[in-house]
Amino acid sequence: MRPDGKPEGVRQSMSWMHTWSGLLLGWLLYAVFFTGTLSFFLDEVNDWMRPELHQSVPSPQTAALAVAAMQKLAPDAAAWTINLPGERQTAVEASWRKPGAAAGRAGTQRVHLDAGTGEVIKPRETRGGSFLYRFHFELYAMPRIWGRWIVGIATMFMFVAIISGVITHKKIFSEFFTFRPRKGQRSWLDAHNATAVLALPFHIIITFSGLLLLMSMLLPWGAQAVYDGDMQKYFAESRGRTGGAGAERDASARGGRSPIAESAALTAIGPLMEIAQARWPERGVGSIVVQKPGTPAATIELREQGARALQRGTGERLLFDGITGAPRNPPEARVPSAAQAVSGAMMGIHLGRFADPAVRWLLFLSGVVGTVMAGSGLVLWVVKRLPERRKLGRTPRGHRLVEVLNIGAIAGLSVATAGYFWANRLLPVDLAQRADMEIRCFFMVWALCLVHGLLRPHRRAWLEQLWLAAIAFTALPLLNAATGGVALPAAMLQGQWSVAGFDLVALALGALHGFTAWKLGRSATAAKPSNTASGAGMSVPRPVAQSPEKAP
Amino acid sequence: MADIAAPHKRVPAMGRYRWAVASRALAATAGGYALASATAAGLGLALARSGSHSVDAVLWATMLGFVVHAMAALWAFGCANARRAWIGIVAPTALLEALAYALRGVTA
Repeated sequence: MRPDGKPEGVRQSMSWMHTWSGLLLGWLLYAVFFTGTLSFFLDEVNDWMRPELHQSVPSPQTAALAVAAMQKLAPDAAAWTINLPGERQTAVEASWRKPGAAAGRAGTQRVHLDAGTGEVIKPRETRGGSFLYRFHFELYAMPRIWGRWIVGIATMFMFVAIISGVITHKKIFSEFFTFRPRKGQRSWLDAHNATAVLALPFHIIITFSGLLLLMSMLLPWGAQAVYDGDMQKYFAESRGRTGGAGAERDASARGGRSPIAESAALTAIGPLMEIAQARWPERGVGSIVVQKPGTPAATIELREQGARALQRGTGERLLFDGITGAPRNPPEARVPSAAQAVSGAMMGIHLGRFADPAVRWLLFLSGVVGTVMAGSGLVLWVVKRLPERRKLGRTPRGHRLVEVLNIGAIAGLSVATAGYFWANRLLPVDLAQRADMEIRCFFMVWALCLVHGLLRPHRRAWLEQLWLAAIAFTALPLLNAATGGVALPAAMLQGQWSVAGFDLVALALGALHGFTAWKLGRSATAAKPSNTASGAGMSVPRPVAQSPEKAP
Repeated sequence: MADIAAPHKRVPAMGRYRWAVASRALAATAGGYALASATAAGLGLALARSGSHSVDAVLWATMLGFVVHAMAALWAFGCANARRAWIGIVAPTALLEALAYALRGVTA
């Protein structure tokens, strides 16, 4: 894409395309990557942000206590779902649906139970990690559908940027092992390439599956054509073919109890749990689903812990008669077709739908690498244009805009996210509209960071915000222990890995931000002796080799 | 972006360049989406009518539709000029739409 219209090679035009498709929505993509990466630990964040739940320590009686509590709380519900504590959850999370309740989340009532006593715990009002999770594909303060469209379009830009980036970078594998530190622009380019190639399969799958997850909204025309406009029929058929989950949900929705149903006592859960434990010695039972509790038609279903296998509905489950405790044959899970296996596996990876901690950490680290890739690409845009700026003798307004947005979008988002967690612990527990106030704190801190980046000299702004983020993340485990949460050592000893996991992620993020700030500061002081007059800010163009952005 | 790329004295050329970029951008976004939609509809119907299960037909065609959109965007900026960019996108879109139209009445 040369302005003079001269012919150019495919790689040049792809490079042009990579630059602009990456920059235009780069800040949004960075935020999506950042909050999405944290969402691999959604359950952990949710637990950490509700310190009231940390006192809950599971015991062998947890299942029996939970069932007893549900018999008191919701004796006439159509179904109970009891999520037992595990490596990603410290309390019991129980939900139920009243007969004839509205479909979906609106008709579901939820409660947290202490795993040791069966008592109801009332945690503080917070959106927890769900705010970050929802933000990563729905944004905030706009109709949900707009947010999804905006993120969906940005995802397509990302997809195009990845492909054009691969074409641009012809020696992709031989140069993967090239890293030229302390070389200004070259270092940034190498860092961008290395992070891109290192997790390239992850980037491609996460981006493409992001499109697939929003498929029925972004590109419904295939289903529209094949089903002649009847989308409901398409959804029903694709649910029905994936296995038990959908058909079962329909059954439970229809199976509201008739008012004259006789009552019948539920069998004891203990022996059923023992059967399941013997069958799944490693993972144990993850959740209990009771259909039509208290009636002669009651059934009890036990699902394996962490068996949220790559394919929906393929996890192991045991079905029992709710009254006699006799085993029943669970509905047969249908074998998915090739198309469903391909799309399902990709979406399964995106959702982290398998609870193996090692794989989860690997996904998280890939997400961090992706976030660094997006961030280094944005910084590279600025660094690459420093010589041009020097030749011009001033900073074009567009360049300054990108600089400021980079600070706010990259360093500012880190500070804001840490600020969100701090607000969760520092705002009074009984504050009115507490959950909204936490989110407001997040956006206020983010806006302040943007203003700070505008007012402070470019390099100072980066350093100050990165250090602030490093300190704020590193101090989170201390804050946790000081404000009612379980301290990190105790959580590790008691096996409360959801709480410990969050603290460990916070320490890792603190270290990452500290390292980046330290590298940036070191290169800044190294540049100083030869360039003392230019400390005032980035409006003074400086040679590339002494640019402040040369940290890796 | 363009004022960085070239000296200011060549204003008429710059104007044309900007129009060309805008035209290609439109081909990449709107044109690419039209082609992706036509792919999802045309290929989906073709698969469904040739014996695939409807759900599978939709899934394959839609997955391919996303890939086609990305390819169309690359084509729009990679080919020699804006006119060729449009032809390369409009022609297959028309073909696939015609296929979808023809198949819509046919029952499997």
